[in-house]
Amino acid sequence: MSISIQHLTKSFGSYRALDDVSLDVPEGSLTALLGPSGSGKTTLLRILAGLEFADPGGARILFDGVDVAQIPAGDRGIGFVFQHYALFRHMSVAENIGFGLSVLPASQRPPRKEIRERALDLLKRVKLDGLQDRRPSELSGGQRQRVALARALAVQPKVLLLDEPFGALDAQVRKDLRRWLRQFHDEIGLTTLFVTHDQEEALELADQVVVMRHARIEQSGAPQEIYDQPRTSFVYEFLGEVNKLPGDRYIRPHEIELKFAADEGVDLTGRVHRLFVAGPIARMGILPDSPAFQEIEVWAPREQVREMALTDGDLVGLRFPTFPRLPLKS
Amino acid sequence: MALIARRILPGYGLTLGITLAFLSSIVLVPLAALFLKAAGLGPSDWARILTSPRTLAAFRLTFGASAAAAGVSTVFGLLIAWVLVRYRFPGRRILDAMVDLPFALPTAVAGITLAQLYGPRGWMGQVLQALGIQGAYSPFGVFIALTFISFPFVVRTVQPVLEDLQPDAEEAAATLGANRLVTFRRILLPTLFPALLTGFTLAFARAIGEYGSVVFISGNLPFKTEILPLLIIGQLEQFHYSAAAVIAASMLLVSFTLLFLINLLQRRLVARSH
Repeated sequence: MSISIQHLTKSFGSYRALDDVSLDVPEGSLTALLGPSGSGKTTLLRILAGLEFADPGGARILFDGVDVAQIPAGDRGIGFVFQHYALFRHMSVAENIGFGLSVLPASQRPPRKEIRERALDLLKRVKLDGLQDRRPSELSGGQRQRVALARALAVQPKVLLLDEPFGALDAQVRKDLRRWLRQFHDEIGLTTLFVTHDQEEALELADQVVVMRHARIEQSGAPQEIYDQPRTSFVYEFLGEVNKLPGDRYIRPHEIELKFAADEGVDLTGRVHRLFVAGPIARMGILPDSPAFQEIEVWAPREQVREMALTDGDLVGLRFPTFPRLPLKS
Repeated sequence: MALIARRILPGYGLTLGITLAFLSSIVLVPLAALFLKAAGLGPSDWARILTSPRTLAAFRLTFGASAAAAGVSTVFGLLIAWVLVRYRFPGRRILDAMVDLPFALPTAVAGITLAQLYGPRGWMGQVLQALGIQGAYSPFGVFIALTFISFPFVVRTVQPVLEDLQPDAEEAAATLGANRLVTFRRILLPTLFPALLTGFTLAFARAIGEYGSVVFISGNLPFKTEILPLLIIGQLEQFHYSAAAVIAASMLLVSFTLLFLINLLQRRLVARSH
């Protein structure tokens, strides 16, 4: 299902959570709503789900071209996954997953046995077979989140909405689940939107990244486009580590070329400070000789650092390849 | 090797000692004395006192009216707690404070007020009479007084649980297509059930022991509107101390058994949902 959001505004009292937001989500895409807390991303997701309502006015939310503003959450064809799982604690895993089917009107409700079979099927899909009779409290965080996902999928939604789905999980579980979700999405091609404040997660997982800030959409596009051509300084800074050079110029640590101070074409010299090589690349801060510059973060291949025999305090040269993407609007 | 296990939390011996001393002096010893007094009579006397029609009628009324009052209190207590927690309206705090009034009001005052209100000439009594129901001076009057003194227990046990409830389970149910009634029945009620049961138990226990308000509204007719505590007082006034002790002891045993069973049920429920 494709989603079109037009001129959406939402206020909580005098606080404006969304300010004239418009966005198109193509059918079958995996879209990330990325932004710091308070940027309005969760509110946007909840309005799509029918858990919050936009301010009256010109706002329109179209699912496949149909305005859903008056349609209650349960009839919108969405599956919603909550940050803290929101599983029903007094029900078994299978009962949780089958809940959406068990509350269908009697004419559409499958028989009990079939509901359970469908639940077991979904449990297999999320790789939790055998846990159907456990209580949610007996599962780990990652398992609970997958049960929540299976529960949302049981009603065969046309859109999947996930609110910070990995926010409460350990780093390792988070990574595994992230990959699994991407693979799962590629298999079933369900239009999916997820909210995150983790840029790495958004860039790695999504086809389309929507960067939000202060109740507005700052920029949206494919991950690489957003990363390589940020339109504002906020997007530049939010999407990864970045150096701010005099004159509102930005450059990422890996884009800087590391040289000896005496080499040709050096734009700036400085001293190595807190060199850190325990990782796939060497990271260091450079304290520039020119007072116009602040400390500059540089990432370089480890071999190069070894060949140059660098240690803290060494004098090095930096070259900024193209001195690119100059003044941005802020 | 040290034979005494070391504990990290200090004061184990002291607090446990005080607890036992306190409970003994205030609960255990008086109750033991009661049973001792009751044991002064033989089994045939016990049987005679307990199976007399008047005692049996009082047993039925006390436990029946208490159970009914606790049941009604549970339903309306949940409703009141729900309104107080979930909605914001002018006067909410005043309403919230009013719930505690039955705790604070001398029960005799409550009894006299209720008797007037629900009596044949009272505002409520006239309405009830038009419907063919006798308000005060009937088992129904006993039930009204017991409801009055017991419903705050339900409100105050359910309220904090409702306040702690995260709305996301209800929202999840809504996105899965459950309407509000289904969400209430299948999501909220099972979550609140242990608290409701606790509230019911407290209300029930309180109602069984109630005396002050009932004597004014019931009319105290033997076989009809006489409750057990009144029967006990009656025996005492006639210097039948042992008979009073027998009734009290058996009342205590029945109460204890019921409360124990409810507790057991609740434990099982809580264990299941965690």
